[in-house]
Amino acid sequence: MKGKALPKQFLIKNGDIIDPVKGERFIGSVLINSGRIEKVGKRISANGATVYDAGGKVVTHGFCDVHVHFREPGREDKETLATGAEAAIAGGFTQVCAMPNTEPPLDSPESIRFIVEKAADLPVKIHPIGAISVGQQGKELTELGAMAQEGAVAFSDDGIPVMDSGVMRRVLEYAGPLGMPVINHAEDLTLKLDGQMHEGSWSTRLGLSGIPDVSESIMVNRDLELASMTGGRLHVPHVSSAKSVEWIRGAKAGGLDITAEVTPHHLFFTDEDLHSFDTNYKVAPPIRTENDRQVLMTAVKDGTIDCIATDHAPHTVEEKEAPFDWAPCGMIGLESAFGAVWKVLSELGMNLEEVIHCFTINPRLVMDFEEDLFSAGTEAELTILDPDEEWIFAKEHIHSKSRNTPFSGESLKGRIKATITGGKFFKL
Amino acid sequence: MGFLSNRHLLGLAETPKEDIEMILQHASSFREVLDRPIKKVPTLQGKTIVNLFFEDSTRTRISFELAQKRLSADTVNFSAGSSSLKKGESFKDTAQNIEAMKIDCIVMRHPVPGAHIHLINYVNSVVVNAGDGTHEHPTQGLLDMMSLLEVKGKLDGLKVAIIGDITHSRVARSNIHGLVKMGVQVMLCGPPNLMPVNIEELGVTVNYDVDEVLEWADAVNVLRIQRERQGVSYVPSVREYRDLFGITRERVERLNKQITIMHPGPMNRGVEIDSDVADSENAIILDQVLNGVAIRMAVLYLLLGDQPEES
Ligand SMILES: [Zn+2]
Repeated sequence: MKGKALPKQFLIKNGDIIDPVKGERFIGSVLINSGRIEKVGKRISANGATVYDAGGKVVTHGFCDVHVHFREPGREDKETLATGAEAAIAGGFTQVCAMPNTEPPLDSPESIRFIVEKAADLPVKIHPIGAISVGQQGKELTELGAMAQEGAVAFSDDGIPVMDSGVMRRVLEYAGPLGMPVINHAEDLTLKLDGQMHEGSWSTRLGLSGIPDVSESIMVNRDLELASMTGGRLHVPHVSSAKSVEWIRGAKAGGLDITAEVTPHHLFFTDEDLHSFDTNYKVAPPIRTENDRQVLMTAVKDGTIDCIATDHAPHTVEEKEAPFDWAPCGMIGLESAFGAVWKVLSELGMNLEEVIHCFTINPRLVMDFEEDLFSAGTEAELTILDPDEEWIFAKEHIHSKSRNTPFSGESLKGRIKATITGGKFFKL
Repeated sequence: MGFLSNRHLLGLAETPKEDIEMILQHASSFREVLDRPIKKVPTLQGKTIVNLFFEDSTRTRISFELAQKRLSADTVNFSAGSSSLKKGESFKDTAQNIEAMKIDCIVMRHPVPGAHIHLINYVNSVVVNAGDGTHEHPTQGLLDMMSLLEVKGKLDGLKVAIIGDITHSRVARSNIHGLVKMGVQVMLCGPPNLMPVNIEELGVTVNYDVDEVLEWADAVNVLRIQRERQGVSYVPSVREYRDLFGITRERVERLNKQITIMHPGPMNRGVEIDSDVADSENAIILDQVLNGVAIRMAVLYLLLGDQPEES
């Protein structure tokens, strides 16, 4: 994917501007000067500027995904920082947070620096998340403070739950004053066992071993209790079950300062979709029932869930062609994220501004990133999209190095037309 | 080629009632062949069948192999431990390599549920499921129905109990799908932690009192029990299992009726079933074994045969 370097003065006019910070929407223009925002307004004239007519398409902040797996270092056959960045741009994302379950895991300040340096020249901001425990073994804490100094933006052993409640307590205590979110992949492994899919009518029928919804909600509840006790900043990733939503809603109602994310696939699919044993639907936590899906959508609408995160998890074709029990968990998701989420949430009655919040300002607030991307002097990160375009997602829309996605063949609504990031204009 | 509505036999969940009836009918005529002095017909002459077993199962493999030989098919056996397969050559490559040798049919046993659906994506051969993990074992379901039909004369309206570890049983799932389609009332019994959630949605009832279940049933299909699976303990002890769910002589003698006893084998005598019960007149366990050959002959003929059989 090749972007064009932005001209010194670049004027995007005739845009349907959505400003998630000011809460405004108007037809107007964005003027970029030397790669930075100069002005956003209804009427801007700039002599000598190169003009791009947005043709009434939506112009908004670049999207931010707080949960991706880019597989570098170690599994560059699945994804690299560079190919992951291309997938992000294709999905309208200008910032992503990369999970540390690489090979070896990002569990030291040196490994955090490796990502920061390697990503420095890429057009997407890739923020590393540091491991909670050494080797993601769930026992000994990593050098959390030093990793934060090197640029880690949060801590997580994602992919592997922190089963030991004492370890979870200590990381929340330690990371709290650093202002760093702690993200725990919530699945109680003693309940999950060798589970392959959601435990319910479909696991019973298919004979695949089941993962009960409480394997998640029990651990979410534990983590909320520990967050309340320690004052640590808990962020709950990829919420998959109605029961977890209830705990999170209750904790927020009680004033606890926590956040939560949901993936496009948990909002889009149900366990019935696994009927033909397609390993592209195999993911952790598993895709659950239609009731869970409905509750998750409602939770996005009422703010219980703060943001959308893709959990973009590339795997090779060979690995996903294995029989179900032997195939790895995870699917890619950056390229299809907006079209999938806008489709189901617009059907639920959410408006475009609300949904764009979940891709822009909300994830940045979770990570404490600068969220006002329209303020003068900010490096230009913009996403231009057509919310009305209906399209069938297909292999040719994938820019990731991997192709493991059940969204292939699905009809989506809303399509990214261009992404501006890293001083470049990417037309899609 | 083929006389059934599906090209493969993957499970009884997707096999229509008419096909089950046709298989049962043909199996009973093949059963007669097995009683002849020369137990061989030329029906599948020139067809090549590969028995692809990723999990040891001498019984099922021998039963399929005999059925194939009785039908004059050429057969090849391929056995691979599942653990070596996990690491080595991919499942897809193994299947495609075998198919490249110009074969007509793959009979596969695999430890992972749904492996057969993957297989049909990779090969053009006709596929017969000889057991896929804890999902289905359709020829076992069919041979159980055939055996019931033989002793009871009909299936419709019959009351059949399945007792044991339902969660991990492919035999239970295939039996349930087949029996329910044929109008049989099915009741399940076994340790509650081995009863899958929402199983009633498949058209069965559940009762944890084995004496009540035996009282109700015309026939009982007793499943092999394992105390633990992959290091997880489900059944506290053999003694307790026998007390709560075992088909003991005392239990059967207390009944004021004859009850047909089935077991898919291999049996744990003295655990889920007493020797006296297994060897009693009411037990049709060895008939099941013989019918297994007839059912597999019928399935292979109906999937692979290209002209009506001369009988
Ligand atoms: Zn995770």
